[in-house]
Amino acid sequence: MLGFSLIKIDNRATSLDEIMATEQTSVKQITTELRSTPNRPSIRKRITSVLRHVVLISAVLIFLLPFYWMVISSLKENTMVFSNPVQWYPDPIRWRNFIEALDYPGFPFLKFLWNSTYYAGFVTIGTVISCSMAGYAFARLRYPGKNLFFSLTVASLMIPGIITFIPVFLFFKNLGWLGTYLPLIVPAFFGNAFFIFMMRQFFFGLPEELADAARVDGAGEIAIFFRIMLPLVKPALLVTAVFTFLWTWHEFFGPLIYLSNQDQYPLSLGLYAFRGRRITEWGLMMAGAVLTTLPLVILFFIAQRYFLEGIKLSGLKG
Amino acid sequence: MASIRNPWSNLSRRRRHEAWVGLLFTLPWIISLFALTIYPILDTIYLSFTDYSILEAPKWVGLSNYQEIFLKDASIQPAVYNSLYYALLSVPIGLVLSLGLALLLNMRAAGIGVYRTIFYLPSLVPPVAATITFLVLFEPRAGVINSILKFFGLPGPAWFSDPAWSKPGMIILSLWGLGYMTLIFLAGLQDVPRSLLEAAEIDGANVWQRFWHVTIPMISNVILFNLVMNVIWSFQVFTQALVIGGTNGTPLESTLMVMVLIYRNAFRYFKMGYASALAFLTFIVIMIVTVIIFRTSDAWVFTDKD
Repeated sequence: MLGFSLIKIDNRATSLDEIMATEQTSVKQITTELRSTPNRPSIRKRITSVLRHVVLISAVLIFLLPFYWMVISSLKENTMVFSNPVQWYPDPIRWRNFIEALDYPGFPFLKFLWNSTYYAGFVTIGTVISCSMAGYAFARLRYPGKNLFFSLTVASLMIPGIITFIPVFLFFKNLGWLGTYLPLIVPAFFGNAFFIFMMRQFFFGLPEELADAARVDGAGEIAIFFRIMLPLVKPALLVTAVFTFLWTWHEFFGPLIYLSNQDQYPLSLGLYAFRGRRITEWGLMMAGAVLTTLPLVILFFIAQRYFLEGIKLSGLKG
Repeated sequence: MASIRNPWSNLSRRRRHEAWVGLLFTLPWIISLFALTIYPILDTIYLSFTDYSILEAPKWVGLSNYQEIFLKDASIQPAVYNSLYYALLSVPIGLVLSLGLALLLNMRAAGIGVYRTIFYLPSLVPPVAATITFLVLFEPRAGVINSILKFFGLPGPAWFSDPAWSKPGMIILSLWGLGYMTLIFLAGLQDVPRSLLEAAEIDGANVWQRFWHVTIPMISNVILFNLVMNVIWSFQVFTQALVIGGTNGTPLESTLMVMVLIYRNAFRYFKMGYASALAFLTFIVIMIVTVIIFRTSDAWVFTDKD
């Protein structure tokens, strides 16, 4: 859409130097320029601002269309989902799709909802506990081997799951954990490279004096962590919690390979199974899609601050 | 009375205590690092030289899995082609569009928060639900997208039913989720010092020159981050492909991605050795591409030398 390539950047360093060198004289120029032409830039700015909003609003409409369609299709009769001509709003509105989906024989979405909550809930608890402890130790405690382990942690951030999942599957199979949530939940209590890295950054930002004061008073390191440091990084714990919950709710591959009994499925896998067997029941399937999505949208609006904070952090990491 | 104790013996005891707590706090993660990352990498490489059906112990077969991959398996060629097609188009298009959106959003005006929220919302939708929604939107005969195209007099393709259009459909699906990247770019853009841009403007640099010579260098580390993460993700695309095309990659193997092929061999055919060989080769490709990006990044990523 915008005609530029991302790679080619000519003369960037020199032009930056020039810009910085001339910054001083430029300040004088701007004041004179602003005085001489008070109206021209404001009109031009207003036009670009309007254009900007026109493009943004078009983009918003495109981005919202799938949501709108998901919701209205979930309220249509099966035969009306692909009616000709297209039906832009559900008529008649069929709320029963949701009631039927929640308790569908063989595909009980209410059960799936509970399974997803249980799964994402435990993974979140495990991740927050393990990553805050490991992140704190990497940031603040001195012990032999720390630098090696931390280098390995950073290296493992770049390791794609494709190279590990087969032996990991075989390992959990040998433990007799297939068909249970154990292979999906237990690893979370052992930490996650991404969030350990993030927690470490947060603990680095805390003043060391607080811990020193407690040490003088004879407090142990464990007490210092739980009583003094942990309460100070509550925002980081919440960022970890909301993203872990979101990503676990999205998780599809793990449940697909480890779970076998349909009653155990989380929402994503349940929805996938429903599509496999009940391909013509589009209204109910879309009700299932809405049920799979809605809890995350609610979570987002409750914890929006922590989502936005977390996104900012993931970019700074790079 | 504490002050009477010798501070040195006190310190060494403290140091020992600190080391024990440090080890205790990281021990679970160190176990995980070895049991769930380092050992599995080595085991995948070992298994790739074996024939292993889970029921019997792995049997050493040398390079025969690799011979089968390069010489015999007819699904390899479409899977590699599809994965490259998907990665080479969805990553650059996604980067350019999300950077463009981020530039439009990078202003001090009312309503920015609302735009930001709306662009991020699709990233909340679980991939299975998003893919099923797109199957409805892009339904060939009565889907809303083709109805809109028809309204403008354009012929609508059969999308996920047509081998030529199923991958473009998947790329459009991936673009729906670009809000996450957009917000990462936006955070980077908001860190670009305004004084630099204003100085360039006063020196007569036009919008494009300011973009090329100031904005891009200042956010080049964010571009690198988004590029690398997206390359790693898109080579491993799985959920969307499985929901659309199943393990056969219908229509006509056009949505058969490498990860789907690996899944099929491991969990449908129980050829763990063969799947490991495929996984190892894919890993090598991802690593090579990542290293190339990092090596060339020295030329285009601007690092502050202060």
